Amino acid sequence: MIPTLILISMVSFVVIQAPPGDMLTSRLAELAEQGELGSDSAMQQIEALRERYGLNDPMYIQYFRWISKIVFEGDFGQSFTYEMDVMQLLGERLGLTLTLTLSTLVFTWIVAIPIGIYSATKPYSIGDFGFTLIGFIGLATPNFLLALVIMFFQISWFEVESVGGLLSPEYIGADWSWGKVYDLMSHIWVPVVVIGTGTTASVIRIMRGNLMDVLGQQHIQTGRAKGLKESKVIVKYGVRIAINPLVSRLGLQLPNLLSGAVVTGIVLGLPTAGPIFLTALTSQDMFLAGAFLLLSATFLLMGNLLADILLAWLDPRIRYE
Amino acid sequence: MSNVEETEQPAIVAEAEPIAATASYSQWYLIWRRFKKHKAGLIGGYIVILLYAAVFLGEFLAPHGVSNRYYKVVHCPPQRVHFISDEGFHLRPFVYDIKGALDRKTGIKQYTEDSAKRHPIYLFSRGDEYEFYGLFKSDLHLFGTGKGNPIFLLGTDRFGRDMLSRIIIGGRISLTIGLFAVTLSLTLGSVFGVISGFYGGTIDNVIQRMIELIFAFPSIPILMALSAVLPPEWPSHLVFMGIVTVLAFVGWGGLAREIRGKTLSIRESDFIMAARVCGAKDSRILFRHLLPSMFSHIIVIATLAIPGFILGESTLSFLGLGIKPPMTSWGLLLSDAMNIHSLSLYPWLLIPGLCIIIAVLAFNFLGDGLRDAADPYSSR
Repeated sequence: MIPTLILISMVSFVVIQAPPGDMLTSRLAELAEQGELGSDSAMQQIEALRERYGLNDPMYIQYFRWISKIVFEGDFGQSFTYEMDVMQLLGERLGLTLTLTLSTLVFTWIVAIPIGIYSATKPYSIGDFGFTLIGFIGLATPNFLLALVIMFFQISWFEVESVGGLLSPEYIGADWSWGKVYDLMSHIWVPVVVIGTGTTASVIRIMRGNLMDVLGQQHIQTGRAKGLKESKVIVKYGVRIAINPLVSRLGLQLPNLLSGAVVTGIVLGLPTAGPIFLTALTSQDMFLAGAFLLLSATFLLMGNLLADILLAWLDPRIRYE
Repeated sequence: MSNVEETEQPAIVAEAEPIAATASYSQWYLIWRRFKKHKAGLIGGYIVILLYAAVFLGEFLAPHGVSNRYYKVVHCPPQRVHFISDEGFHLRPFVYDIKGALDRKTGIKQYTEDSAKRHPIYLFSRGDEYEFYGLFKSDLHLFGTGKGNPIFLLGTDRFGRDMLSRIIIGGRISLTIGLFAVTLSLTLGSVFGVISGFYGGTIDNVIQRMIELIFAFPSIPILMALSAVLPPEWPSHLVFMGIVTVLAFVGWGGLAREIRGKTLSIRESDFIMAARVCGAKDSRILFRHLLPSMFSHIIVIATLAIPGFILGESTLSFLGLGIKPPMTSWGLLLSDAMNIHSLSLYPWLLIPGLCIIIAVLAFNFLGDGLRDAADPYSSR
């Protein structure tokens, strides 16, 4: 785990460092556009900044400076574009991104597992066919497109006034009240549906396949033969086993959901880390982008670990050496 | 004595049984026969062929040049095709002339049909001049309303460019980028996957850790970060190759894992053992026995990987980190619809999204069909 983290941090740093030039080059270009370039004082200013941030040092020294500050002081550096502490800028937004990811995960499972059970117990029925079709389309639709389509329907059919975002304008910055909670709920379903559709579709497919396999096994027959209620046979004998492979696939679902949360955040203009990450990339704000990459990968690593523990707890047959 | 009996018995049994009818067909014929039964896969395959044929013939099918701007008809909604006019029924479909008028209140241009002027649609009509892959120049289009009379069946964008033409030409990028990326990542994936599965041990361990490292990052953010590495001053064809590389770099791991799994299962089979006993070198076993026997599976893996690359490219281009003008792709076309204003007023800008869904669905169905057919000797 620790070696993986070290490698992750190195990759993050290299990827962020790789673009030609540095953040000051983009600042330089900005100044040139404004016509402030050419004066010696501007050049000196830039050079001084470069010295201050140690941008002239070789890459490995920069890396060690960056990572040791993170590890020992919890300092992720300064954001250039926003002229703020990276953690101060990213903290809340990253928290919101992760909350959105996790609540989507919960939503996905709540929706997909019952549908999967239905499809597996009534295979090749009209309902099963319908869900399969919706699932295929859901898997084929990129997140950003789904966000656009939902926004379009909100505008043209339901005439929703404030589209996108997490709060209506009048509640932004307001104190928490029931009105604000209701407002948040009426907004948050859009990103949750957008992020979750693809994963829901794949969970349904996996659940359906697993449960159909399990329902063909002998212990199910035994359960029925001894006169258990059909619902009990399916839930306690079938689903109990069929759900294990789903847990082991959590490690694949989380990255997808997080990716979705980033894209959806950008399209819907949510106050999540997505839009900031995009700005950071286009303006070569390396500490900001690097911090996001590093933290999201760490989050996924933790998620994987928790999923493994959960699986070992759920399925006593699994033993880790 | 008993030894002889043991070796001879199976031979007798095999002779006694009537030779199965399947034995005389090649593996590829069996795969095809099985694939034909998979209706969804077959339809998916036809759609894929149709899509590639369409984008190959792009300039000929598109009624207009891809960057031709019609300033007077900016953000024009899709034109309706009519058969019936005031004069009655016409066998040849036609469109009416469009008139734009600025709405003083909203400041938005409204378009109306001018039923006085009819423009019949002709097959093989002359229109904008184009160069077909640098081979020859032509102005022949599959359909059109004649030179100087624009026809916008799917509307126009903010520069008055024909959406239908842009979707067809943009599809060329979206669809080929999938093929290029899958070829590159398949090459990487096959080499690493086969080596990893065949040799095992330390090499396997290192390769698997490498793949895990790539998978440790969420895919879209790492794709975004890698595309941001491409220098902004690169011309669009270099950016295209850059995006292919980025997609393949992130995507090869999954392919390598699947190929490794297949290698592991085939490595222990009798024919590999036979080759080894005969004294074949590793390279011969790898390239003459292992890889060819996995070929059908590799095709399946590749087909099922293409949708991911198409979706990846469209997301990158949509976010402005992918393909750059003058090239265009479905994702880049959709980025015009990113704000609420465009969405509510010009919903036809969303049509490229439909193309993405159709292409991805077709590839998924084709891949599913191929997967079921890839192993023709199984009884499933």
